[in-house]
Amino acid sequence: MSASVRIPTILRSYTGGQAEVPADGATLAEIIESLEKNHAGISARVLDDTGKLRRFVNVYVNDDDVRFSDGLATVVPDGASVSIIPAVAGG
Amino acid sequence: MAVQSTAAAATQSATVSPESPGTSPSADAGYGTSFGPAAALSCRECGTRFPLSPIFACQECFGPLEVAYDLPLGDPDELRRRIEAGPASIWRYAPLLPVPADVAERPNLNPGWTKLIKADNLARELGVTGGLYVKDDSGNPTHSFKDRVVAIALEAARTFGLTTLSCSSTGNLAGAVGAAAARAGLRSCVFIPHDLESAKVVMAAVYGGELVAIEGSYDDVNRFCSELIGDPIGEGWGFVNVNLRPYYGEGSKTLAYEIAEQLGWRLPDNLVIPIASGSQLTKIDKGLKELIALGLVEDKPYRIYGAQAEGCSPVSAAFKAGHDVVRPVKPDTIAKSLAIGNPADGPYVLDITRRTGGTVEDVTDEQIVDAIALLARTEGVFAETAGGVTVGVLRKLIETGQLDPAAETVVLNTGDGLKTLDAVAGTGPTATIRPTLSAFREAGLA
Repeated sequence: MSASVRIPTILRSYTGGQAEVPADGATLAEIIESLEKNHAGISARVLDDTGKLRRFVNVYVNDDDVRFSDGLATVVPDGASVSIIPAVAGG
Repeated sequence: MAVQSTAAAATQSATVSPESPGTSPSADAGYGTSFGPAAALSCRECGTRFPLSPIFACQECFGPLEVAYDLPLGDPDELRRRIEAGPASIWRYAPLLPVPADVAERPNLNPGWTKLIKADNLARELGVTGGLYVKDDSGNPTHSFKDRVVAIALEAARTFGLTTLSCSSTGNLAGAVGAAAARAGLRSCVFIPHDLESAKVVMAAVYGGELVAIEGSYDDVNRFCSELIGDPIGEGWGFVNVNLRPYYGEGSKTLAYEIAEQLGWRLPDNLVIPIASGSQLTKIDKGLKELIALGLVEDKPYRIYGAQAEGCSPVSAAFKAGHDVVRPVKPDTIAKSLAIGNPADGPYVLDITRRTGGTVEDVTDEQIVDAIALLARTEGVFAETAGGVTVGVLRKLIETGQLDPAAETVVLNTGDGLKTLDAVAGTGPTATIRPTLSAFREAGLA
């Protein structure tokens, strides 16, 4: 199972400047593990000390915010697009 | 003596930021005096500092960045006199904002210094005995508080050499950005959900910039803009509420400054503030704390209350459940300017309302419409739906014993009712008659 992960600007120092990288896994947690293997250090930027998604990180699997589904346990279908995006405000 | 006092004020300074009071700035701005007393960007989560630049999230923890200052710790009387002698706009507070000293002379909309209305009729109706005021921000150039925040972001865009002013918007912001860009001679390209009130769409489009309606909710628009800014397409763009957000947010502090100055340089007991992203509420609190730190007002307790529409009440729900994080919701309310289901500053709103002894409450769409009518009938102020939310929540807070009616309260109206006419569509003529006195009598009006 493989997905394409969109990397926000502030994490591209971990991906050699790449805005989109591949990762393997059937769940979001596995995708992040896969990212960490190839881009060491990126996991600690997305997850807090307790292993949960940081509160100012939004992650989408295809078009769905994982906070509306199962968080890190969210199923990532083969070929899915995963987006990591800093939370922003406004209105 | 005056010269000596000013010099002393210039050399005496302190950094005022929630995370690191009294510490020295660690990051060089590199933009000379373009950002006035601003010293650095500081992460609200972990305190890491960054140079002043068009970034909005901490590279360490994704936390939101905000402006930290070296504010002038001189003679408060001198600073008050300087402010009072300033222009009738937010620029009277330029010494406390991340803007150059000559900001008022640059082409901008000069927002702010809106009316603080002593609302005695509304107070009687609600049983408030300690004094009630409406801070009416519908008086801004594009008729919402957004002109305040955009004015600060515009200055940052100019300093950073950004050439396109942009935003994701629930409507009011799009109009404010379009107007500000037109005045400043910048290109604008703004993004809105496809289902906004028609008046807000017209107000966003009329200034001649590009207006893009996105098929989705505000949160979808926000996500799109966040991705756009990381793409080469977005280079040279200043998204006022994304990459310029640290500066943008500071504009809301001016609401706190104005309320205090208009009350005679003192703080009210209670403030009722609407919550969309939560940015405005957190920055009003920041402004109140700065006023105290600078000695401009007496240090006294104040309570901050947050107001949401029931159809988009993630912060209210988290407050009532005792949570310190906010679970996003899918908005469904007539208060579209507050319809942000994933409020980025929600956790800080929870911290602030709890710290000050306030609460977060919500009202139904029906209660919002009733409150719009109540404010219009009692004070002659026609509020947009967000104003209906704050007045409706104020009424609910009093009825449920959450707010002391014997305390002095300020309630915010952040936009003009002409923008949300659909909400009061049932309002119309008392009677339609022939132009004769007999018809007037027959209609029971004589």
